[in-house]
Amino acid sequence: MTRMQRSARAAAVALFLLIVFVVIPLAIYETHRTDLYYTLSSVALLAIASGGVWLTFYIGRINIGQGAYALAGGYVSAVLVSTYGLSFWLSLPIAGLFCALISVLIGLPILRLRGVYFSMVTLVLTEVARLSALALPVTNGAKGITSIPMPGAIGLLGLTIVPAFDSFAEPNAAFYFLSVTMMTLTFAALWRLVNSRVGHLFAALRQNEALASSMGVNVPLLRVLAYAISSFLGGIGGAIFVAIAQSIYPSSFTVNDSVNFMLNCFLGGLSYVFGPMLGTLVLYFGWDLLFQTGQYQLLIYSGVMILLIVALPNGLLSLRWPSRKAP
Amino acid sequence: MEQVIANGLYLGAQYAMIALGLTLIFALMNVLNFAHGQMYVLGGFVVYEVYGLMKLPFVVGLIASALTLAVVGAALERFLFRTVIRRSEREESTMLLAAGVAYFLDAAILLMFGEKQRGVHKIVNGVFIWDNLILPWDRILVAGLAVAFIVAFILMMQFTKPGRAMRAMAQDRVAAQLMGVPVAFYGLVGFALGAMLAGLVGGLLVTITGVNSGIGGAISIKAFMMVMIGGAGVVGGAIAGGFILGMLESVGLTVLHAYGDITYLVIFVALMVFLAIRPNGLMGKPWG
Repeated sequence: MTRMQRSARAAAVALFLLIVFVVIPLAIYETHRTDLYYTLSSVALLAIASGGVWLTFYIGRINIGQGAYALAGGYVSAVLVSTYGLSFWLSLPIAGLFCALISVLIGLPILRLRGVYFSMVTLVLTEVARLSALALPVTNGAKGITSIPMPGAIGLLGLTIVPAFDSFAEPNAAFYFLSVTMMTLTFAALWRLVNSRVGHLFAALRQNEALASSMGVNVPLLRVLAYAISSFLGGIGGAIFVAIAQSIYPSSFTVNDSVNFMLNCFLGGLSYVFGPMLGTLVLYFGWDLLFQTGQYQLLIYSGVMILLIVALPNGLLSLRWPSRKAP
Repeated sequence: MEQVIANGLYLGAQYAMIALGLTLIFALMNVLNFAHGQMYVLGGFVVYEVYGLMKLPFVVGLIASALTLAVVGAALERFLFRTVIRRSEREESTMLLAAGVAYFLDAAILLMFGEKQRGVHKIVNGVFIWDNLILPWDRILVAGLAVAFIVAFILMMQFTKPGRAMRAMAQDRVAAQLMGVPVAFYGLVGFALGAMLAGLVGGLLVTITGVNSGIGGAISIKAFMMVMIGGAGVVGGAIAGGFILGMLESVGLTVLHAYGDITYLVIFVALMVFLAIRPNGLMGKPWG
């Protein structure tokens, strides 16, 4: 990589951080559109979950089951916080690790499936998660878990690092910073992962598992690893989402959400790490902007989506300046 | 017990027909048709309009529903799926398109027909009673028609020229093309046929369970399950999957009734265990 590309990349990252952490909060402060904090936090959290889905795409599996892990992560956090009084900050990694653990158990058999079989079984998995949430005693059935307390303070040696969220005048602003920080960390980690040795092995799995296996690559281990990371991100995203909404129901994450996570990745472009982020932003805001069209909302939304995929089947990020010659 | 088996067969006949359409589209085009349930709902509403509101004979309603869906399916293939398959780097992109189409049909159906549950008057009255088996005649008629359609479909696939061409395409698209099969045309025909099957089941079932603009997604999930049980892209597998799911549902609802609403949870879990042992379903070929 040349020095110019390097500095261009650094500038892009700096610009992104500046926009997310400075420009957007300032703009919201100036315009008093505080509702945007909630919207943008949702986008960031959905982007985290979509980033996980993207990683399973990266190993060549179409994952339509992220809703299951988002739901599981949300419930783990909700139960730990509201029933056992655990701190939200502790429940967050527990939720992620719990999802990673069950994803290993589920992934070991189902990752042997390929193509549509894998995607259909993951789709069914979302339904299993919803039905389990309805049937299990710990989840309080269809009534769900409500009025979950807000995240408390984090202190280290008597020093408050993060104040309790309900001490803020605008708790949603605190959630915004939490969500975008997590999103930035997630995508930085994903980018690092994809460009590491393991990332290259993941790409090898996508291209040809049999060939990779014959080169001595431990295929089952790697694909379970990718799936576990993916589910971990789903669980984290779901857990923070539940903390913002302060409630969770079996219908909080459904098949539609699972499909949307997949669509976010597709729309952004499967060949680009930051595709899911862009895809989530466009889809979420597209849906919100169309709210004024009332009953035609879904019709226009899906119509535009169809046109987009017909015009740009390889995702938004595959759009190039027309002047540049094709390689 | 006879009642449970009869219900299972009745459910199985309609399920098999839904799964057939889905598996046909998959076999020919490698497209997982997310919009299959929505096509079913559209078929149901066409019969509701023609038979329920315009008071024309039921057969006319069924034909109208089959024609509408065939046109919709052909148009989708010609103008959307064909373009995307040609332009896309990864063939999974058709899944995004299929999901978009599912949303679009959902919205269009909701706008055209409203959100109310719609039913039509019975096609035949009376109840068939034999020993302790009780079945309304219209259910028997609908199941019989479904079986007749399935048999007609199999005969068409086995013994006609288009059927042979489509089977060749499902086996190996390139080889079929080299043998002079116009694959683009038969892709169109297959898509139209698959959509038509979905429309026909919808049209049959509107006379019994009615139709509602919101049930498309649930129907699609059931269709996916049947195809997974039997194996994707195989006609026999789709039929077997349909009957197995119908039977499981019927037995499950009776046996597990005491434990609450967990039939589908049990079926889902059983399916995952089954797929872990037989990843390609009962008769499916390895994919990928």
